[in-house]
Amino acid sequence: MLEIKNLHVSVEGQNILRGVNLTVSPGEVHAIMGPNGSGKSTLAQVMAGKDEYEVTEGQIFYKGEDLAEAAPEERAREGLFLAFQYPVEIPGVSNVYFLKAALNAIRKHRGQEEMDAMDFLTYVRDKMKIVKMDETLLNRPVNEGFSGGEKKRNEIFHMAVLDPTLAVLDETDSGLDIDALKIVADGVNSLRSEKRAFVVITHYQRLLNYIVPDFVHVLVDGKIVRSGGKELAHELEEKGYAWLEEGRAAGASAATV
Amino acid sequence: MAEPIADVTDVLEERVNQQYEAGFVTDVEQEMFPPGLDEEVIRKLSAKKNEPEWMTEWRLEAYHGWLEMEEPTWANIKYEPIDYQSISYYAGPKPKGDGPQSLDDVDPEILATYEKLGIPLIEQQMLAGVAVDAVFDSVSVATTFKEKLAEAGVIFCPMSEAIQDHPELVKKYLGKIVPRGDNFFAALNSAVFSDGSFVYVPKGVRCPMELSTYFRINAENTGQFERTLIVAEEGASVSYLEGCTAPMRDENQLHAAVVELHAAEGAQIKYSTVQNWYPGDMETGKGGIYNFVTKRGICAGRKAKISWTQVETGSSITWKYPSVILKGDDTVGEFYSVALSKGRQQADTGTKMIHVGRNTTSTIVSKGISAGHGQNTYRGAVKILKGADGARNFSQCDSMLIGDQCGAHTFPYIDVQNPNAQMEHEASTSKVGEDQLFYCNTRGIETEDAVSMIVNGFCKEVFNELPMEFAVEARKLLEISLEGSVG
Repeated sequence: MLEIKNLHVSVEGQNILRGVNLTVSPGEVHAIMGPNGSGKSTLAQVMAGKDEYEVTEGQIFYKGEDLAEAAPEERAREGLFLAFQYPVEIPGVSNVYFLKAALNAIRKHRGQEEMDAMDFLTYVRDKMKIVKMDETLLNRPVNEGFSGGEKKRNEIFHMAVLDPTLAVLDETDSGLDIDALKIVADGVNSLRSEKRAFVVITHYQRLLNYIVPDFVHVLVDGKIVRSGGKELAHELEEKGYAWLEEGRAAGASAATV
Repeated sequence: MAEPIADVTDVLEERVNQQYEAGFVTDVEQEMFPPGLDEEVIRKLSAKKNEPEWMTEWRLEAYHGWLEMEEPTWANIKYEPIDYQSISYYAGPKPKGDGPQSLDDVDPEILATYEKLGIPLIEQQMLAGVAVDAVFDSVSVATTFKEKLAEAGVIFCPMSEAIQDHPELVKKYLGKIVPRGDNFFAALNSAVFSDGSFVYVPKGVRCPMELSTYFRINAENTGQFERTLIVAEEGASVSYLEGCTAPMRDENQLHAAVVELHAAEGAQIKYSTVQNWYPGDMETGKGGIYNFVTKRGICAGRKAKISWTQVETGSSITWKYPSVILKGDDTVGEFYSVALSKGRQQADTGTKMIHVGRNTTSTIVSKGISAGHGQNTYRGAVKILKGADGARNFSQCDSMLIGDQCGAHTFPYIDVQNPNAQMEHEASTSKVGEDQLFYCNTRGIETEDAVSMIVNGFCKEVFNELPMEFAVEARKLLEISLEGSVG
């Protein structure tokens, strides 16, 4: 479903990603962990198509297609979803109106009929249960005045409504207390299916106690330095990122000798 | 559900690609004065309208006053000097016989014009509950639902007709709220005003329908000098809406209007404008309407309320400050505005709230949107006089910038002479952020739709003040106007 090949990305002339390789198949949950500044969020944004991020080398294939020329909205309509680390506020535009426009844009692309207001409300109410969202958040402007936890929950709610095939969650756990974390994780788990894949980006292993991944990758300095099963996350928790960073630094210095 | 979600989506779908839809010319046989302005022209104009002597004299006095006045230069707008002698001061479709007595007598071309603009004048086809006065260049060509309104005692007719049929009322109120010498453009208007609407709602009557006037400039080299007067007697209420369009032309055309509102004790007047005059060429700025307008209302009696709502998307220049004089105690004045400047458009608009009576309240909500090379200025004055104990004002001026070539300016003037007054002022400037657009994009929404959505969200507090049908219209207009604003 997703194949990232030797991806190099620079932002404002600075090389952030330096040769990332990643293959994700339907039904899988991949966790990407890494220290601050390792390029995790860049990877998430570049998958979604942020154009300030320049791909200098390598490719991203999604459903067999090279995404190089695809606009963010085209990716979204093909079922690629990004849950933002910092969800954006849109004053005056209600959450429900925003989502209806989004869903109908996607449905239109799929050749489905657009949903009318009544059907949409029924559909949306059902999805709200997934993240135990309060109905008042539906009529409030998108993310405006939401608490940190509400914003993150709202991202998962958007995901539930838009029904993506590949969901990238960018540090969805940051800033959540343990109760909110559980709700968000339950929401994600209930959306796991054979057809849907997840890329879960996180700094902490904590989230992975609730969303148990099939694969864990460690991103350091723009490269995946280690991949493994869920036990890798536990190992990281014990030893810290320094364990891998040191190894890498040693390898690098060895190479220059 | 707090929000009507269905209609907005429909509006998005109706998106059309033309930049200015109303820019066509109607081919109609017309009668036009040669360009130029002097006493003789004013006498001829007055005679054309078969006006009584007092009216002719009133115009001439205004004209002499105007000759002594100078065009104001304080506004934040730039334009080539206007040659007032190159403008024709009267243009009207040639009447057949004695002029239109009913819709059957109106030139079918003109009916088709309004139809094309989405304003069918055939009563059966109209929006239920909206009566329309259609002003074509200098002449009102049709007023619908007159009889039905008359049953309720409401007078709704062209100003020219009111001068004939209700001279006492016209004499009593005309020029009382905006005196002839108020300003350069008001004086010019008083001398040469062509047509506009006259509304009189008697004591205790709630006007049973929305009233609206649709102004259309069609003829070349003419100016339109609309004159509207609305009087709501004790406890009466009325909601009035005006819409405006003009053909696309390379020459600038002048629209200098005066609107006066009089609200007696406990009366309420709601006045809404959706202004879509031709804004001029987007690239070069050539052509477009110069919109110099004086609008003022007086809350004369206790507990009267006047509310101005405007959506200004057109005109190459907008110079307009709808104001309220809060004379009675416990009166309320409101101003809600959306002004869009794109291409080479310049808007200098805002309001004046003059607190005279006790416990008077005013609210100002202004939303300025600048795109392309547009320049948008909010200019507002709040004046609290000595006797206005307990006066309160709330002002909110928000500006939104789209792109980096445009400008937003805010000039709030506050003059408080009473220490009891409560003043609140909020202002903000925001840019349609890349972050917001990207966020919408990642949800499958394309950039143009995202811009519409963000701008509509920004203007929501103002659109909420418009009558329902027109709120939809205003949103649509804004979307069309913004098309192509973001690369």
